[in-house]
Amino acid sequence: MDDLYRDYILDHYKRPRNFGELEPHDLEGEEHNPLCGDELGVHIRVQDGRIADLRFHGHGCAISQASASIASEELMGMELAEVERLGADWMIDLLGIPVSATRRKCALLNLKVVRGAVTGDHDWPA
Amino acid sequence: MSRVAGATVQPAAGAGGGALRSATAADASAAPIALDVRADFPILERAFDGRPLRYLDSASTSQKPRVVIDALAEHLGTHNANVHRGVYALAQEADAAYEQARQRVASFLGADARTTVFTKNVTEAINLVAYAWGRTNVGAGDAVLITQMEHHANIVPWQLLCKERGATLRYLEVDEAGQLSPAQLDAELARGDVRLVAFTHVSNVLGTINPVAEMTARIRAAGAVSLVDGAQAVPQMPVDVGALGADFYAWTGHKALGPTGIGVLHGDRELLDAMPPFLTGGDMIASVDFEGATWNELPYKFEAGTPPIAEAVGLGAAVEYLRGLGMDRVRTHERELTAYLLGRLAEVPGLRVVGPPLASDRGGLASFTIEGLHPHDVAELADRAGVCIRAGHHCAQPLMRCLGVAATARASVGVYNETADVDALIDALQAGRKVFEL
Repeated sequence: MDDLYRDYILDHYKRPRNFGELEPHDLEGEEHNPLCGDELGVHIRVQDGRIADLRFHGHGCAISQASASIASEELMGMELAEVERLGADWMIDLLGIPVSATRRKCALLNLKVVRGAVTGDHDWPA
Repeated sequence: MSRVAGATVQPAAGAGGGALRSATAADASAAPIALDVRADFPILERAFDGRPLRYLDSASTSQKPRVVIDALAEHLGTHNANVHRGVYALAQEADAAYEQARQRVASFLGADARTTVFTKNVTEAINLVAYAWGRTNVGAGDAVLITQMEHHANIVPWQLLCKERGATLRYLEVDEAGQLSPAQLDAELARGDVRLVAFTHVSNVLGTINPVAEMTARIRAAGAVSLVDGAQAVPQMPVDVGALGADFYAWTGHKALGPTGIGVLHGDRELLDAMPPFLTGGDMIASVDFEGATWNELPYKFEAGTPPIAEAVGLGAAVEYLRGLGMDRVRTHERELTAYLLGRLAEVPGLRVVGPPLASDRGGLASFTIEGLHPHDVAELADRAGVCIRAGHHCAQPLMRCLGVAATARASVGVYNETADVDALIDALQAGRKVFEL
């Protein structure tokens, strides 16, 4: 079994969940990982302070896309207040694979774009 | 790891492990490698996870021969003192070492030591021209012409200059084969407002070798000044700045087997004399009183403060090493290896190389995309086989936009590479496609 490109990672990369556009949407965000050319955007519909629906869109490496897909299933229905509290560890644990320093940015891109959309903070992680 | 010499059968490295790869037509035509100098480079003795280091990223930075490492150490250990200041014997030695390095570097490119300026790197050399020449020669209504294939170092300084001075920045277009159009250059020059044309000798993404001498002749005839980015060219082919005819020719030591922290700008004597300095302070002055200062003569006018002395000595040793190999031979080696690389890359399904199709039309690199495999994953998969390649936009985001991609993977060769390095890359790519079930 591959360390990084496990079956479920590749599955999420090839058949990403919750990818596409969402019209109408309440929140949106766009982020780039300039080092390697990953781009990710998000549309979020909010209801009662929770993520009622969300879609990611963009292109990038297997890690950035798979992470977004995997995260999308957890983020669905999450309270915005809880989203704001999510940290890098949450994402890395969710992935369940060893992520090197260079690939960290790829794995965290989806959380960065979601946090940006929800909080307006584009400097995460510090 | 067995060495390949000419067309032989060789065990496939990488995830496939151990299986003999039968000689193909590509092998039979794989030209004998012109250089066999891997043993001169200490770092290539390193093993990663028991695998030899297959370094295919020389376009990013080159590995260093033992003579360069020793020259640096010897200078610091035996001849170290500040330059241009001391009377004592050790200071004289340091002076001599620094100026000898300059002379070596200058004559390596057929240039004059007086107009050979040491900088920190090629980016600084280009910035030097943008600040010192640009701000006194480009004004409102003028134009600066660059190309779509430029590295950010040869884009951003001109963007800023034009914004500050109210000038226009225009781009020469790159076609499907990665080439510029002479007709477009003529048309742009005919508009009569172009003050400077800045372009690369060899593209760090496409590998395109631009016809520098022809272009600089047209530029000069139109009364404009030329600046050429030679960062990729100098390490891999004979370069004679006089014959090339560029008013400014910039390159960097760390891509040419030298250490980091040393770049070179060759400039036209008259232009350099007329230009105000770039960085100011000590060493670039002749005299300073309370009101102002007068400038030192060339090239010192453009070398403020204590220069990278040891690094210059290291670069001097690097160009001597390259001179010993012979740059014609270096070019032959890299061209043949690039032809081999292109031939083998063609075996990978879904792989597309960007830039000129023929190795004879390109420098020693190939940027490519693979359908279904993002460049970042390509580099990761290559790394597992000990193969170092680069993935990303290669500091050429405008070019990426023209190519319609966010990123590419890039393999580039140096004097120390051999066909086994290319073979390891191809094996890694094929294995990677299997992992991704492509």
